[in-house]
Amino acid sequence: MADDSKNHLPPPESRHQAPSDLLWTTNDFAVALKDVPTVPDDRFKRICESAVSRGARLSALLVLPSKPAATNGTSSILAVLADDTRGRIGLIGLAVPRSNSFESLSDVLPQAQAFEREIFESHAIRPNGHPWLKPLRAHAELAPAGNGGSSPVPKHPFFQVAGEGIHEVAVGPVHAGIIEPGHFRFQCHGETVLNLEIQLGYQHRGAEELFLRSKPSRRLAIAESIAGDTVIGHALAYCRALESLSGIEPPLHAQVLRGIVLELERLSNHVGDLGALCNDVGYLPGASWMGRLRGEFLNLLMELSGSRFGRGFIIPGGVRFDLSATQKLTMLAHLAKADRDFNETAELIFDTPSIGSRFEYTGTVAFETAQELGLVGPIARASGCSRDVRNDHPFDVYRFAHIPVATAESGDVMARALVRWLEAQRSITFVKEQIAELAEGQLAHESEPLKPNSLVVSMVEGWRGEIAHVATSGPDGQLTSYKVIDPSFHNWPGLAIALRDEQISDFPLCNKSFNLSYAGHDL
Amino acid sequence: MLEIVIHIALLILFPPLLLGLINKTKSWFAGRTGPPLLQAYFDIAKLLRKGAVYSRTTTWVFRAGPIVSLGSVLSAGLILPLASNVAPLGFTGDVILFAYLLGLSRFFTMAAALDTGSAFEGMGASREAAFAVPAEPALFLSLAIVCIPAKAASFQAAWDALPWALWGGAHPAYLAAAIALFAVMLAENSRIPVDDPNTHLELTMIHEVMVLDHSGPDFAFILYGSAMKLFIIAALLVHVLLPIPEHLSWTGVILLCLGEAALAVLIGVVESVVARLRLTRVPQFLIGASVLAGIGLAIALYRGAA
Repeated sequence: MADDSKNHLPPPESRHQAPSDLLWTTNDFAVALKDVPTVPDDRFKRICESAVSRGARLSALLVLPSKPAATNGTSSILAVLADDTRGRIGLIGLAVPRSNSFESLSDVLPQAQAFEREIFESHAIRPNGHPWLKPLRAHAELAPAGNGGSSPVPKHPFFQVAGEGIHEVAVGPVHAGIIEPGHFRFQCHGETVLNLEIQLGYQHRGAEELFLRSKPSRRLAIAESIAGDTVIGHALAYCRALESLSGIEPPLHAQVLRGIVLELERLSNHVGDLGALCNDVGYLPGASWMGRLRGEFLNLLMELSGSRFGRGFIIPGGVRFDLSATQKLTMLAHLAKADRDFNETAELIFDTPSIGSRFEYTGTVAFETAQELGLVGPIARASGCSRDVRNDHPFDVYRFAHIPVATAESGDVMARALVRWLEAQRSITFVKEQIAELAEGQLAHESEPLKPNSLVVSMVEGWRGEIAHVATSGPDGQLTSYKVIDPSFHNWPGLAIALRDEQISDFPLCNKSFNLSYAGHDL
Repeated sequence: MLEIVIHIALLILFPPLLLGLINKTKSWFAGRTGPPLLQAYFDIAKLLRKGAVYSRTTTWVFRAGPIVSLGSVLSAGLILPLASNVAPLGFTGDVILFAYLLGLSRFFTMAAALDTGSAFEGMGASREAAFAVPAEPALFLSLAIVCIPAKAASFQAAWDALPWALWGGAHPAYLAAAIALFAVMLAENSRIPVDDPNTHLELTMIHEVMVLDHSGPDFAFILYGSAMKLFIIAALLVHVLLPIPEHLSWTGVILLCLGEAALAVLIGVVESVVARLRLTRVPQFLIGASVLAGIGLAIALYRGAA
């Protein structure tokens, strides 16, 4: 199977570019583990670098369970490179030498830095030459942490700036509002932020290990709990991964329903974010009306799934509930009303001069920075990067119904707000169309056992951006590894960069415009 | 005697109602019921019943802050005539003392904030100090405009000599003074667009972040003091805008209360329709108010000479 994917997937030009280096596959397309090429670390770095220079993006960098036969018991590292313009995913393995260290990619690929810190922290494999090899989730104060506490957690200082008039501000992990815990360390000169370092990990629950430890029936609930606001996104990525590994395709009817709930989740969050942005600048009408509208979309999810966050709707093989004819009518009526109210409120917000003065030129992330950091989702699109899994690596219903990618240019808070507005509009249109045209159909297929020794990359465009789940199965058809990459993992460094030379008083607004998940990052 | 009793009763009892009115207005705009009109009274009563927590790093300055602050605002309230032209503690030159009592209140709030040694509170205090600089000229210039017809730095003389400026169409200097005073009122009382009294975000706050460490009765004094400050500056504005009778009368009391309520509703409307300014823009807003008051003063002097 890996062979036919090789035969028909690469576009012609890649034949001249060392075609054997990477194994090309697509979203949700399982490959045999043995087909993933494994190379030594200097070549690994060169291959990753050249793939990124040709437009790919490091989607994941993870440690695979050891393949005893192939690598004599040492582990191997897998790079997942998403080539968005060509809609394909490149896989390359690195055989970790006995020294348990490899040449760090971070000096040439900044997007690899967090992944390498994670690998160092949980597997004690050292990326040589990493510029800031600090634990990502485990802190000296929180030890023991990491995978089974196998890696010692050294005390690692925060980046510091010295000089006259420089002061340090520490925020969190306990905050004044009801938000997740995270620690932010600012180096300031007066009100200007010179550097922001973000220390997370307070929410680490060992989600990935739980996946493997739990019985299969529990895994869906774990996927739904990775990030409480991305229930559907992670559940869908998990189910797609499982379905691909067992070679089944959910019925079209279920795919459509999945698309509807995924967009409803996006809607409720984007609408809520627009309200929260208004709240942070003290703009009352925007905050209260958007806050109410968020409830409207959550209620629609409730109508479909019985849970305002869509828990238990998506199952491996399909979905659990159907939409009756009367439900369709009520949902369409509610959608029409919510659509009108939402656009009126959004127009009011974006027409208010004081909002413009506050949102524009605040927390700017340049296009080049977004590319270099490998940002994803609305944050990347606000900086002009046209990347959207629904468009670039279409899955489920998005292969048949396309949603145009919404981008903006300026990369500031205004751009991030505008992208959310545009996306919400398009999602409403999509949901309306899909509900109106919804036919009868089967809800789910029976699940099948997993194919042995396979690997799948399952990507879903959640409301925050690309959710990637990488799963492998062992010889007995059991899951042997499960890696979750929440979009927040890619985007947190973007927030730190957005704050450079900004006013410290604008941090809450910038933070809200990113609205990243702490739990999704900490896993 | 009755004048003093009514003056003090108004000064003591009325201020928390203003907060209720502002919140009701905002709730109406947001389509919510909102907290009861008397919520601020309940809050203060609740806080007075509670115990206070003091950090070991603080000194007497921290404890003195809320009391001195409330005391100076109360004294300023006794200098300013409320429902008539006479104030319990009025004297020649009281206008200057009035402005500096407000300054003293701010100074002690800032000193108490710095005393905690917290990075947030230091940041809040530095912002408060930085924004007081452009806000003070606006207050002084507006007071000067008001005092010019009387040629005396005393509220009583000024109110006695104040022509019914806006009603008689006398001259626009009073309008400038009123607008500048309104801006000062928003800034001094940490309202939108200068500060957001409802935010929970420490990094963006000005006034709220300075009082984070106060609790119990101390915090009640701070809440009460800031309500009273709002009441006093609004009373000043009401006197500039409305013809309050010279001698104490029910008309004067009712006019004052209605004026105060109208200003509270106006603040609520402002808070409901504009977003907060970026912190770097706040000095521009306040300097704008000062410049406006300066122009008003120039007009007043010119007209006064002519």
